[in-house]
Amino acid sequence: MKKLMKGNEAIAEAAIRGGCRAFFGYPITPQNEIPEYMSHRLPEVGGVFLQAESEVSAINMVYGAAGSGARVMTSSSSPGISLKQEGISYICGAELPCVIVNMVRGGPGLGGIQPAQSDYFQAVKGGGHGDYHMLVYGPSTVQEAVDLMYDAFDKADKYRLPVMILGDGMLGQIMEAVEIPPMKDPAAFAPKPWATDGTGTGKGRRIINSLYIDPDELEKVNHRLFDVYVELAKNETAYEEYKTEDAEIVLVAYGTVARIAKSAVNLLRSNGVKAGLLRPITLFPFPSAILSALADKECIKSFTAIELSMGQMVEDVRLAVNGKKPVGFYGRTGGNVMSPEDIVKFISEKEGR
Amino acid sequence: MAVVFQKSRMLTDVPFSYCPGCTHGIAHRLIAEALEELRCEGRTIGIAPVGCSVFAYKFFNCDMQQVAHGRAPAAATGIKRTHPDKVVFVYQGDGDLASIGTAEIIHAAARGENVTVIFINNAIYGMTGGQMAPTTLIGQKTTTSPAGRTIAANGNPIRVCEMLATLDGPSYIARCALSDPANVMKAKKAILKGFRNQLEGKGFSLIELLSTCPTNMGLTPVAAADYVKNDMTKVFPLGVYKDIDAEQK
Repeated sequence: MKKLMKGNEAIAEAAIRGGCRAFFGYPITPQNEIPEYMSHRLPEVGGVFLQAESEVSAINMVYGAAGSGARVMTSSSSPGISLKQEGISYICGAELPCVIVNMVRGGPGLGGIQPAQSDYFQAVKGGGHGDYHMLVYGPSTVQEAVDLMYDAFDKADKYRLPVMILGDGMLGQIMEAVEIPPMKDPAAFAPKPWATDGTGTGKGRRIINSLYIDPDELEKVNHRLFDVYVELAKNETAYEEYKTEDAEIVLVAYGTVARIAKSAVNLLRSNGVKAGLLRPITLFPFPSAILSALADKECIKSFTAIELSMGQMVEDVRLAVNGKKPVGFYGRTGGNVMSPEDIVKFISEKEGR
Repeated sequence: MAVVFQKSRMLTDVPFSYCPGCTHGIAHRLIAEALEELRCEGRTIGIAPVGCSVFAYKFFNCDMQQVAHGRAPAAATGIKRTHPDKVVFVYQGDGDLASIGTAEIIHAAARGENVTVIFINNAIYGMTGGQMAPTTLIGQKTTTSPAGRTIAANGNPIRVCEMLATLDGPSYIARCALSDPANVMKAKKAILKGFRNQLEGKGFSLIELLSTCPTNMGLTPVAAADYVKNDMTKVFPLGVYKDIDAEQK
């Protein structure tokens, strides 16, 4: 049975249903409903909730718990995610699984508290120091966020890396009817023989570490991480195509913006413009192959990336399209959100349609 | 033939990477002996910091995590909350604990996090080549205070034990010195007490060990030990700063 839930609370419940038993975080708007929900819900299922002294500490608590085998997560919003970057780099270096939610708000600096997508670069290109990536999802509805979160810990464990849910203030605050999946049985989760549970001695000792002084050894680690990203691209790349079969103009948008873009596609079509939408669901790995294939289609004349930023994802779109077709950009920032009509107006004026 | 002395089972066979005369080796040995005596083999997780003891994960015969600079108490919190029945110890130097990691240590102590922290205070940054530490003495020359530390430029050294003892969370806080056999034996007792408190669920304990860094102090091992005993103890007095058992008596 569907239940009307706020995005942040639905995501928190989905995490618990997916096996999350530890949460470490620090308050920041617009994601406070996640730690608030976790603070009363986790103890009910025998889990741990702790409000840390800072985002820096929270992510290092995640490091310790993840290294010890816990299904652990943290959530924050843009300035807080910046503070977590050091820890995220270490988590990636030590190949630890965890889940991180970023309900993005406008920036730079303290920015604002309204929705934004201006943390795209930070999320998909690494964010902290060193060569690494995370599996990054950009859900567009509360239901999709719930479904992605439900399996996020399985993916994190499978590939031994952090999974980031890249939402925005809108996704966190909106209330929608959602189907919450059943509780996963922690007994069925694959064992983690690499985790420091304290029982290791002698040759059976487990070491959680990201330090490799020998250059050859570190290079090997870098290659091992990137071999995993190749696997990710093969197995996990996800996207939605909407009315692209006969499209002449393809909008590219993710997250809540993709819903606005979808309305714009319908408006454009009612105006006689053959528009379509490509919606990346995984932002890393980015669905480059489908964009490249679309760019090869004769009927498609141009692409336009629609974002709540000054233009970040558009760079990945351009890389994928690789000059085969023109790629335009339309964005709003500062917490402002475009309407479907704004997009139609942009396409009409800039594209001459 | 009876064995009258051997390496602690809680240490691996990997040779220490420390300089001659450095007391990290003594501190490691004391921790290992305490863990062995308290039968912690097979139920212990240690945390190595950033600094000369970054390689501590190679030396202790237990599960180990190497963590970011200053964040060991936060990582220890995540570990202990995941495995409350296991023994968790944190090993940090003065740069790690008293400079970049002040927030983490204060809040772990305030929460009374049930872990044991070994704090190595040698008044200098060893690994990076002898820079000024938060615990560097006034007048002490380092590579970043070449004319000697001044109050005007750098303020006074931080006394961690005194500061943390003002909190209600800790169960045991003591400062010892690894300067001579008598003080080493006292340090061993304090470390044992710290681990015993954890096993008894009494909460956070911290044992500060005044330590040598002959290489960066520019002293011979013997002179460095004398410096710890005669100069450092004047700024960092030895003693027990908090003991909830003594308070209850």
